Amino acid sequence: MNIKATLLASAVALTPAFAVAQDLTIGFSQIGSESGWRAAETTVTKQEAEKRGIDLKFADAQQKQENQIKAIRSFIAQGVDAILLAPVVATGWDEVLEEAADAEIPVVLLDRTVDAPEDLYLTAVTSDLVHEGRVAGQWLVDEMAGEPCRIVELQGTTGSSPAIDRKQGFEEGIAGAEGLEIVRSQTGDFTRSQGKVVMESFLKAEGGENICALYAHNDDMAVGAIQAIKEAGLNPGEDIKIVAIDAVPDAHLAIANGEMNATIELTPNMAGPALDALEAYLADGTAPAKWIQTESKLFTAADDNAAIYEEKKNLGY
Amino acid sequence: MPATTPSLFKRITPQLLILAVVIGLNFLVFPDFFDVSFRNGRLFGNLVDVFNRGAPVALLCIGMTLVIATKGIDLSVGAVMAIAGATAASLVTDGYGWGTALLGALATGALCGFWNGFLVAVLRIQPIVATLVLMVAGRGIAQLITEGTILTFNNEGLIRLGAGTFMGIPTPIVIWLALGTLATIGVRRTALGMLIESIGVNEASSRLAGINSRVLLICVYLASGLCAALAGVIVAADIKGADANNAGLWLELDAILAVVIGGNSLLGGRFSIVASLIGALIIQSVNSVILLSGMPPEFNLVIKALLILAILVIQSPRVAHLIYMLRASGPERLPERQRPSVQEPKEDAL
Repeated sequence: MNIKATLLASAVALTPAFAVAQDLTIGFSQIGSESGWRAAETTVTKQEAEKRGIDLKFADAQQKQENQIKAIRSFIAQGVDAILLAPVVATGWDEVLEEAADAEIPVVLLDRTVDAPEDLYLTAVTSDLVHEGRVAGQWLVDEMAGEPCRIVELQGTTGSSPAIDRKQGFEEGIAGAEGLEIVRSQTGDFTRSQGKVVMESFLKAEGGENICALYAHNDDMAVGAIQAIKEAGLNPGEDIKIVAIDAVPDAHLAIANGEMNATIELTPNMAGPALDALEAYLADGTAPAKWIQTESKLFTAADDNAAIYEEKKNLGY
Repeated sequence: MPATTPSLFKRITPQLLILAVVIGLNFLVFPDFFDVSFRNGRLFGNLVDVFNRGAPVALLCIGMTLVIATKGIDLSVGAVMAIAGATAASLVTDGYGWGTALLGALATGALCGFWNGFLVAVLRIQPIVATLVLMVAGRGIAQLITEGTILTFNNEGLIRLGAGTFMGIPTPIVIWLALGTLATIGVRRTALGMLIESIGVNEASSRLAGINSRVLLICVYLASGLCAALAGVIVAADIKGADANNAGLWLELDAILAVVIGGNSLLGGRFSIVASLIGALIIQSVNSVILLSGMPPEFNLVIKALLILAILVIQSPRVAHLIYMLRASGPERLPERQRPSVQEPKEDAL
């Protein structure tokens, strides 16, 4: 009996391809609940794992790298088949990633990358922040169709990489277009209340009727700005066109209500492409590209935003 | 010592001068600064914004002034704002009316204040440490209430507290002006203010003189919690949602700064709520300069730091003494003002 079991176990171990389809165990080290988007990512990752019949071991690091390293070590000790890692910071991962590599456990990075040699992880699934900004800029160029437009910009937290990249992308997006210019740009710290406060000052400094469009680096600031525009007696979405990034449920609601024009999705589904790549790799060793870019989908009034809102609001945003 | 009008005016003259200068800066970077119009049923203009956006810090600094007068400090007010906002939002989303939500939020704030007061007055933990506990834990509590999301609501009554108007004036302005007046009268037309000051100057001797310092200390922290709760409700109502991560973030520092700009000593003793409120307006005017100047956001904090530094340097005892010497050596001698240092808060009386 004992020998049989051992033989069976080693047979299974020797034919990894056989074991792949079912009974995968994957560890997921999540940063923590830093934002609504993060919560949605956790929910979607769990859903994706369940859909594929994968046993997902979830570890919440509460924004601490040492907790993530501990979690990865415990995943290695448990002998998981693969590890998903959403790294809280970029540096300091070499050692623990080497431990995983020594144990021949592939690691896939979600949403953020790390400063470590590329051979220490299988692939990184992230969105391209510059591309998101470019899509937003391109949308506005198409929307204006040659007409001039004075744009105000609500930046993210000063110095943060989403703020820098989304600004750069948008500027690239509108670069070729005549008459499109950013007249005011100020940080709204990615929050609703600052978005509202800064928009109020924009409306007064420029005069509401002289502003043609608002570009916000995230939806929360746009939602705050919408209230400021309303309080100034203007119609958001009509008098001032609004485009933002993230596609959180409240942005879909605002588009459905005609108060916002477009949002670009930062998909919380990083796990889908990651698990696809992992399954292919574990099945027959297909090495994925080192960077898998998620789709930056544009949502406008043409989409059924009310339905998307209903769908998204329970994801934990 | 009830403040008579001339001495109050004398007390707040430096703050008023600084406010005038900062407002002047606003006018320099944006000449239409003083334009106030009536639009969409409300007063509309940059000056109105300064008063409106200054409301949270103004409310916080009312309570903070009292706490600091007792030689304490309340670091938890920002977190209490988040808790109170979350409480109000979760109550209205559960179907309660805005009155219940407001009372619930105020009760939560009072509870937080009582907790701080208990740690300081009964357990004798140093105020900065005692309130640090809630500053750190508070945001976690708020997130537990909102379940980690931005809890949005559509209750008109509650929204009116933050984004509505009262006779055309934005409600937050009315609230902080009313509470500021009430608090000033409360502490200056009764002995309360003097009792609070006596605790700050020398708690042991004030207790020997028959002051129940323990109860008074708890009440002071309770008042600070209530002010924070009101500010939290206003901030949440303003954006129609409770953002546990960001509501009131770092505002405790702005509130302390407002008290300091108001010329109150962090070592306790004599205080002026009116001066603190002007301090809050000065801070908001500085923010307004930054927003209106159109400078890139990378400069925001540098500009703010430089302006605040300038204000504090002008207020520093050395510079104040220098100004006094210059004035005293001038042709117009002020005979009764030979030794102004006696009038200053007694920083070495401890």
